[in-house]
Parts: sequence; structure tokens; C-alpha cells
Amino acid sequence: MSLARRIIPCLDTDGARVVKGVRFADLRDAGDPVLLAARYDREGADEVVVLDIAATRDSRPTFVNTIRRAARELSIPLTAGGGIRDLSDARAVVEAGADKVTVNTAAVRDPGLLTTLADALGAQAVVLAIDARRAGAGWEVCVRGGREPCGLDAVAWAAEGARRQAGEILLTSIDRDGTQSGFDVDLVARVADAVPVPVIASGGARTPEDFLRVFETGHADAALAASIFHDDLLAIKQLKAFLASRGVPVRAA
Amino acid sequence: MSVVLVDYGAGNLPSVEGALRRLGVPSRRCSTPEPLADADAVILPGVGHFSPFAAALDRRGLRQPLLDAIAREVPFLGICLGLQALWEGSEEAPMARGLGVLPGRIAALPAGVKLPHMGWNRLRQLSGRTSRLLEGVAPDAYVYFAHSFAGSADGAVAVCDYGTTFTAVFERGALFGVQFHPEKSGAVGSVVLRNFLETAR
Repeated sequence: MSLARRIIPCLDTDGARVVKGVRFADLRDAGDPVLLAARYDREGADEVVVLDIAATRDSRPTFVNTIRRAARELSIPLTAGGGIRDLSDARAVVEAGADKVTVNTAAVRDPGLLTTLADALGAQAVVLAIDARRAGAGWEVCVRGGREPCGLDAVAWAAEGARRQAGEILLTSIDRDGTQSGFDVDLVARVADAVPVPVIASGGARTPEDFLRVFETGHADAALAASIFHDDLLAIKQLKAFLASRGVPVRAA
Repeated sequence: MSVVLVDYGAGNLPSVEGALRRLGVPSRRCSTPEPLADADAVILPGVGHFSPFAAALDRRGLRQPLLDAIAREVPFLGICLGLQALWEGSEEAPMARGLGVLPGRIAALPAGVKLPHMGWNRLRQLSGRTSRLLEGVAPDAYVYFAHSFAGSADGAVAVCDYGTTFTAVFERGALFGVQFHPEKSGAVGSVVLRNFLETAR
């Protein structure tokens, strides 16, 4: 039996409040992450991702508290991330109630961190977040909020992450993020076909057809979006009804 | 009603506590044997690896009190690793002892499917088996799983098919276990938890 394809709203926060990025810049406030997360739970989201995109020393305790409040309200899995540097950061959000934690820049700097986290928390709790942008014939990994290219090939890095026991890959196309021009289906397919773990596609979602394409052609296990859900451009219930009508296995909203 | 949540040090207690609170049922954590003696219902949640889990049950002196509660037919719900603990042991940690209420050992899910088995998958309620936990739940409802090991389907009231067929829901008298996470399974999960609490009333 195949798992349901997951629809995942993502909440970018400054620790306490939701902000959202257009190509990772120009942030604006969009409310209380706990209220929004609970709303998405009711509307049929399969999981919620909450990120601390400020990821400063000051935002950290506030963010952990946000995760604690969100976990209490949610009846679906919660993934927390942004600025996770080490096991103690990861443990703090897991103990606050997150089911999974994403690591990005810190894993690029020290790939062994993935194994450390998996040994302590279980591979199922470790999500390797990769921000990738097109470079020549392939895709290059960028760190520090997608601002800084680091020379790694995205497909190779995803494969290495999985070998080092990341339980899941959250793959964001920097080129598409915030553009609402559709997922980078080629990127997603290349990574999904190269790793034995689930891949969450992110960046560029706008229409139900975008989601259909990233599941059917991109072989994504899950698809993540932010603005189109926050701005009510697309309702999860309608999206899932559309996907079900096209033969994609989804949990009814 | 005194609902005791067994705290062995690494479980995802906040999620289970939150789910119970949304049902209007307070729970208390217990990391010592005493609260188990007068519990009306016991929930053993679990995530992570079998070995530290089994070790913590021993270190905290919880093994025998848990077995006593099960013997007294106090309604007991094992979740994920808490279900797996009912068997004698697990391939995941060959040296660690389970509670041994059920014969046999937990086995790894087969290679050839993506592991961990993580996400929303369908239950397959077995025909002819009545289930108190699944009352009001569609026989093929989606629930949330996160695991790489599982118990054989013998005695299951519902199974899940993923690489192999394994126990998704176990029931025998007041003894219940679910391989999925009801606290993470949306409305369906709430119904399962409510049904469990009903058995303790």
C-alpha cells in the first residue's frame, strides 16, 4: 500500500509571529503561528512545518515556546526548524512537542550532525532541509537562508544526507520560492529518484495542477506551500478533492 | 478518572497530553511505579529506539507495575513503541527485553519500501473482528505512522500493509495497542483515544 501524499502548510516565523518570504526577502507579518497551525489542522493539512527564519539567539526561546503552544493544539504531526545548530537545539524543540526537526546550514557544515541527531532522536525525526538553485545542468545547495551557495550538488547532498540517516528531505527550489510559478519538478524528480527516503517538495506552488505535477512527475511524497494557503488562494480541502479525483492517494480533508 | 501517562524519559508526552486535554480528560505523568497502582487507565506512549525504552522501564522500576496493571485488567493502551513493548523483544535491540505479554518478537519492516514507514497510511480492519477502539472509524481510515519495526499480525483487529502486513491495532480484553499515533492522526485519532477512555469508565 502506498502512503497518502501529504499537503503541508509552512509557517515562517520570527520566533513568535508568522512572516513570509518572497524569494526569502521582503517579509511581512501574517499572524499567530499557533492559530494558523490549528486552522490548517482543521482544514485537513497532513502536517505543519513551523520555521524560525530569524534563528537568532534572541528568537530561540520564543520559538521553542511557540512550538510548545502549537504542539498542544495540533492533532497532526509538527515539524520545527530554522537555525538548528546542534543536538541541544534539536532536543529543545522535540521536547517542546515537535515530531521532527529540520536541519540545513549546520548539516552542510557538519554532515555528521545528521547521524548524531538520528541516533538520539530516531531517523524519523530528522529532516534534512536543502535549499537548491539551478546552476548549469544541475542544482547547487545554498545555505544561510538560501543566500549563500556552498558548492554542493543538491542531488548528491540529498543522497549523502539519507546515507547519514536523515529520515526525510525537505527540498526547496530557491528559483521558484515565492514566485507561484510551479514547483521545480525536474529538481524534485532528480532528488526523489536518488534517495530512499521521502521527499517534501517546496517552492513555487500556486495551482492544484502544480501539486498534481509534483506528485506524478516529480515523485514527491509531500508538497509544502505557504502563501497560497495563508492568502486563501487555494483551500486544502479543494486541493485534496482535486488530487483524489485525479487518482492521487490523499487523506480526505 | 485517573489516566496515567507513563513517562520513560523519551516519549512524546506533550502530544498525547494535548490530545487527551482536547477530549476534556486530564492525565498525569508517571515516571515512578506508585501512580500505576491506582490508575483507572494507563497509556504507554513511545517513540525512538527499543533499547533505551526497555532500559528505562527497568531503571525506573516500571516493568513489574505495568505487568501488574495489565494483569488487573486496567485499561492499557500502548502507542507505537508502547505497543511493541508488549512482545518479548525486538530485532531492533536483540538484548533488550519487552514486557512479554505477547509471544514472539518485533521484526524490521522489509527492505524495498521507504523506511522509516512515516506518514499517513490506511488501516485494514479485519472482517469478523470487532474492535472497541475502532468504533465509529472507517475500516480503511488513514492514520499516522512513524516506525521501522512492527509486530506480527497475529491477534490484530486491524492491520496495515506496508512491505508486509503488521499489527496496526491490537485488542485483548482491556489490553489495547496501536502502532500508529492516535495523538497525531487528526479526527480519527481523537475517536480512537475517546473509545479507549470509554473502556475505562
